[in-house]
Amino acid sequence: MAKWGMVIDLDKCVGCQACLVACKEENNVPHGSPEEQKSRRDIFWHKMIAVTSGKYPHVRVEVIPMPCMQCDHPPCVTVCPAKATFKREDGIVVQYFRRCIGCKYCMVACPYGARSFNYKVQETKPYHRQDDPPDRKSWEPWPFPTRTQGVVEKCTFCFHRIDQGLKEGKKIGIEVVPACVESCPSQARIFGDLEDPQSPVSRILASRASFRLREDLHTLPKVIYLSRS
Amino acid sequence: MDSEVLATKYDQVLKPMTRMGWPFWVTVFPLSILFLWSFFAFGWQYQWGLGETGMGHPMSWTLYLVNFVFFIGISHAGALVSAVLRITHARWGTPFGRAAEAVTVFALAAGPTNILFDLGRSSRFYWVPLHAQFKSPLIWDFTCIMTYFTVSVIFLYVLMIPDIGLLRDRFPGRKWLYKPLSLGWTGTKDQWRTISKTIGFLCVAVIPIAVSVHTVVSWVFGLQTQPMWFSTIFAPYFVTGAIFSGIATIIIVTIALRRIYHLEKYLTPYHFNNMGLLLLVFTLLWAYFTFAEHLTVAYAGGSHELDVLWSKLTGRYALLFWIMVLLCFVIPFSLLVFKRSPKFLLPASISVVIGMWLERFLIIIPSLAHPRLHYPRGAYMPSWVEWSMMAGLCAGFTLAFILFSKFFPVLSIWELEKEAQEN
Repeated sequence: MAKWGMVIDLDKCVGCQACLVACKEENNVPHGSPEEQKSRRDIFWHKMIAVTSGKYPHVRVEVIPMPCMQCDHPPCVTVCPAKATFKREDGIVVQYFRRCIGCKYCMVACPYGARSFNYKVQETKPYHRQDDPPDRKSWEPWPFPTRTQGVVEKCTFCFHRIDQGLKEGKKIGIEVVPACVESCPSQARIFGDLEDPQSPVSRILASRASFRLREDLHTLPKVIYLSRS
Repeated sequence: MDSEVLATKYDQVLKPMTRMGWPFWVTVFPLSILFLWSFFAFGWQYQWGLGETGMGHPMSWTLYLVNFVFFIGISHAGALVSAVLRITHARWGTPFGRAAEAVTVFALAAGPTNILFDLGRSSRFYWVPLHAQFKSPLIWDFTCIMTYFTVSVIFLYVLMIPDIGLLRDRFPGRKWLYKPLSLGWTGTKDQWRTISKTIGFLCVAVIPIAVSVHTVVSWVFGLQTQPMWFSTIFAPYFVTGAIFSGIATIIIVTIALRRIYHLEKYLTPYHFNNMGLLLLVFTLLWAYFTFAEHLTVAYAGGSHELDVLWSKLTGRYALLFWIMVLLCFVIPFSLLVFKRSPKFLLPASISVVIGMWLERFLIIIPSLAHPRLHYPRGAYMPSWVEWSMMAGLCAGFTLAFILFSKFFPVLSIWELEKEAQEN
């Protein structure tokens, strides 16, 4: 079984946030309003954090794109009282919305703040893209057509793309990648199987210095960053 | 003793059950309005979502969780005061017993309700038992609280049976209630033997259950990596704080009952002096635990822990923190160390209860506001919905106790009589 992972090359990342927009588009994530932004209730599956270091005038701001870290030891999974979040065999941590009771324990347990909560009934209409055929049955398998108030949600590594790709016998990581990887204009993101030593992710990890966020917590994230040189 | 003679002797205890003057209505009416208002607030939140509260990333657990821990803490009063004092044959605890057990039951009804408020989809709560995940501290929390609630209700009830037998004979108009509840109690030797055995068993059973409840509540937080939650002394720290706030609540309740129902004959300064000593011991214990917890973080804590610590000591939460120290330690200690009469105990206990609420707030909120990956950091201010629910809960708690006192005697008559005979 493959173990999907993502490598983000901070050296190549220009901070354009195309990944963030692509994620919102792909997964029908509500756009959020200025009020929601102010009260920090907007939903992001993929966010950008600005890490500042140093003191004025010698300040350095580093923009780090952050999807869900897809930990191999996910703290969110063990705390869920209703088994609404779990790790799939391929290592992707997913959220089962219909089971979620909205206790938010997973959000408290997640050290990365990768999870979002539906604080209100979302106004977003069922997913609709201009290029989709009018017949709903022939739409591609978008897994999140609507939103439910009061449940937690998070990034899924676009598992619907991966599952569909595997079914069609495509090469995951080359022909089929998550939306954020596809949209990256500087090709700073690479997706693939961490267990396969020949995959592009494994090769680049073998050749360059890398780090994961909050490694000390031993959550073993499968999103790995290549340091800025 | 004949029930007629007993009833005349303890007329002072039974009288308040039938008398409902204007003070009763003046208290009950505004409390009922507050209580009903909280239903409206809950309906509002249920309809429009948790966005109506002050929550927002990363503040996912807020005032509801604070109230949850606070009320569960208060519920520890019953276990300690009733069971421990009974097992150790501490006679001075007898007049506090009934009030303590009732406080336990009502606090246990109020506490977990907060979890329902906090859920995004409270109507799906039954999925927790249906799809239980036994690795989650929350599920053990649920289990322990429900066990404790059940045992507390049985405890309160069993200890009332001889009194209910008396009430059944005394108030024929309320026979519909007392007759089924009295379980045919007539005071035969056999019945006394059964009940004392049951009480002995319940006393022993309720203590570990009570300790387990707040231990698991502390582990809901303590098993997480959030800075300043991840601490091995969290369980005893929580249990100590719980008993501390519980004793203070019992003292407030009994002083109020003593004043309003004129029970000065049964609740004497001697009883309060002993209770005050117990509160004093727990004041010191609380201070000891708080000092130990904060010193460890200050000396050896990592940068994330220190972030939280400094926000408490000198930062955004400093005012609340030092008020907490004042209310939980400085005021009660300086009052109780000199005198423990009801006049001194009442301000000390009120200050402890408010201080312990602040302590719960300061355990939960600052840690969530400073997560290990602090993008973003949080800020939190409760909304009107949350304040309404809190007011409604406190009103409901008080109302439940007032109504209880109108149907059952607030002092255990049969135990008072037993003691009087033994003396």
